[in-house]
Amino acid sequence: LAGFGNLMQDVLWCFSQVKGTIDVGVTEADIISTVEFNHTGELLATGDKGGRVVIFQREQESKHQPHRRGEYNVYSTFQSHEPEFDYLKSLEIEEKINKIRWLPQQNAAYFLLSTNDKTVKLWKVSERDKRPEGYNLKDEDGRLRDPSMITMLRVPVLRPMDLMVEATPRRVFANAHTYHINSISVNSDYETYMSADDLRINLWNFEITNQSFNIVDIKPANMEELTEVITAAEFHPHHCNTFVYSSSKGTIRLCDMRTSALCDHHAKFFEEPEDPSNRSFFSEIISSISDVKFSHSGRYIMTRDYLTVKVWDLNMENRPIETYQVHDYLRSKLCSLYENDCIFDKFECVWNGSDSVIMTGSYNNFFRMFDRNTKRDVTLEASRENSKPRAILKPRKVCVGGKRRKDEISVDSLDFSKKILHTAWHPSENIIAVAATNNLYIFQDKVN
Amino acid sequence: MFVRGLKRKCFDGEEDIEGTLAGIKAIPSYNLQRQSLLDMSLVKLQLCHMLVEPNLCRSVLIANTVRQIQEEMTQDGTWQMINTQSTGQASLDRLVSTDILCRSSREQAEGKHVPGYSTFNKDFEGDQGQDSLETMSTASSVQAPRNLQSNVWEMENPQENKGNFQKSLDQIFETLENKSPNSVEDLFSEVDNSYYDLDTMLTGMMSNTKMGHCDGLETFSSPTTATSSSNCKSDLNELDHIVEILVES
Repeated sequence: LAGFGNLMQDVLWCFSQVKGTIDVGVTEADIISTVEFNHTGELLATGDKGGRVVIFQREQESKHQPHRRGEYNVYSTFQSHEPEFDYLKSLEIEEKINKIRWLPQQNAAYFLLSTNDKTVKLWKVSERDKRPEGYNLKDEDGRLRDPSMITMLRVPVLRPMDLMVEATPRRVFANAHTYHINSISVNSDYETYMSADDLRINLWNFEITNQSFNIVDIKPANMEELTEVITAAEFHPHHCNTFVYSSSKGTIRLCDMRTSALCDHHAKFFEEPEDPSNRSFFSEIISSISDVKFSHSGRYIMTRDYLTVKVWDLNMENRPIETYQVHDYLRSKLCSLYENDCIFDKFECVWNGSDSVIMTGSYNNFFRMFDRNTKRDVTLEASRENSKPRAILKPRKVCVGGKRRKDEISVDSLDFSKKILHTAWHPSENIIAVAATNNLYIFQDKVN
Repeated sequence: MFVRGLKRKCFDGEEDIEGTLAGIKAIPSYNLQRQSLLDMSLVKLQLCHMLVEPNLCRSVLIANTVRQIQEEMTQDGTWQMINTQSTGQASLDRLVSTDILCRSSREQAEGKHVPGYSTFNKDFEGDQGQDSLETMSTASSVQAPRNLQSNVWEMENPQENKGNFQKSLDQIFETLENKSPNSVEDLFSEVDNSYYDLDTMLTGMMSNTKMGHCDGLETFSSPTTATSSSNCKSDLNELDHIVEILVES
């Protein structure tokens, strides 16, 4: 695989495709809220604020166009969630898709979980390319035939038809979350999954929709004492009894479900001591973890807080083994970012297939990659200007003070409404999907 | 100013303007900065309950920030001082300083126009014509996400039945200032215990969501019923409403 796992200097990222409209005015419903490759990378799913899921499929590589390495085309589109109204609280329940997680493929059909704030759904996406013809009791239009008119019997045959991709909701897991669901994670046993909201985490069996087990509950008896919420949770990729969850206070807890039914007591507690020289009234807010991801190996976890990405070794709880500055130039702007609420933006982070490079988003449609081996990093931009086919992305740079060089952009010129919150990395190749508001960019490494 | 000899982290832009005369004039005192941050946070908490369904994480983080400032101000002895000040105009003045707090001095020096905080403009301009509030619009803008809030806020207006944002802002300041130094704790302690029952019910609920199952919640006061009460109850309902949305998303 070209470029896979190589050093940063060998990887040149090129524009491949962009999905979505170019309109200046963005419809709120079109804003992409989650992006996820399936386990083989053949499928790429996006969810949006309007409750829709769009699945792209990679086309087979063609001998005739070897330089176009498998483009992603629309495979299926469906409405996953609809807006609802909670009559008890007189509040709307948004249809926005918070997360999509794929199940590993076990037969011809594809399965994914999608969730909004309150309800998780299991969707089956399957292909139909044949249809039976020659029924005895129905005619070609489907109308029932008069049995007395039937004089002979025939065996229906399957005839090819145009490919049809159907998405059907197979399970609906509802009414188990009082607070907003922020994470779902499929267990490595492929029989269970968990859903996490601000204060609780529930464990589900895929076959049972009217019951879930509560495995974490941090709701205080007195809500006055509430000072911390759950921000993200994930199962260990190989150990089906282990999961982690992160908090708004910048801590990560690793829990073992074998120890007790209610995992209120963690097996491990990861927290970095605060740097007293950097203390401000915003310290807690910027330490709040917005995303937590296990490495593919299961040896490390990566966390994203407002200004940094950190890699933790599961065997060392007192501090991360690596810390990467995403956009430290924002540290002096925290008050403005607090006022306009940007400080509460929840950025996600992802590993590449070999766990050697990590990626996360920033503002101005910038996203950052950090090579853990070479310690080199790069800032790239998802924009229509850089959208010529196979155009190599030029590294971007933010100028912090003093003289601004020609291609640099100053901190004050950054567009804070253009934020890259959601990105995904193909499980085995250097293909990345970057969600920029209502557009989905796909970048690949340069084919030599 | 700096208690216990600890150097405080500067607020925005101070390191940029060190040594500049104009810059020194523009640096608000630490107390003023802190007060402005407190006011901004309280405004945010107020706005929380106007959203469709507030983000609990955000509310908790803002509330923690308020608590932190309060604790520090209590230790400094400045909290008592604030309590004795009058409401109304004084609270507006403190809002003004938010602009000083968040605008970098370089922008001030250059006279640069930062794109307006557009929805705040929309909310304030027509109602108030108050210059002091319009200065809030010069902070850096985030247009797209704010539109959602503004639309929702306008939707909420009929429910609130208050007339204008300024009145509710005064109310919250008045309500909070009349309380003891532990006002944030008091805020949380106003929670009606029936909320806990609601929570238990909701998590135990199966697929049936019929109203008939909720007999025990008849005493539960929802936001919509607040509008039917008379003006003399508006302060109390205001507080309940804030607390209710804050702690029970």
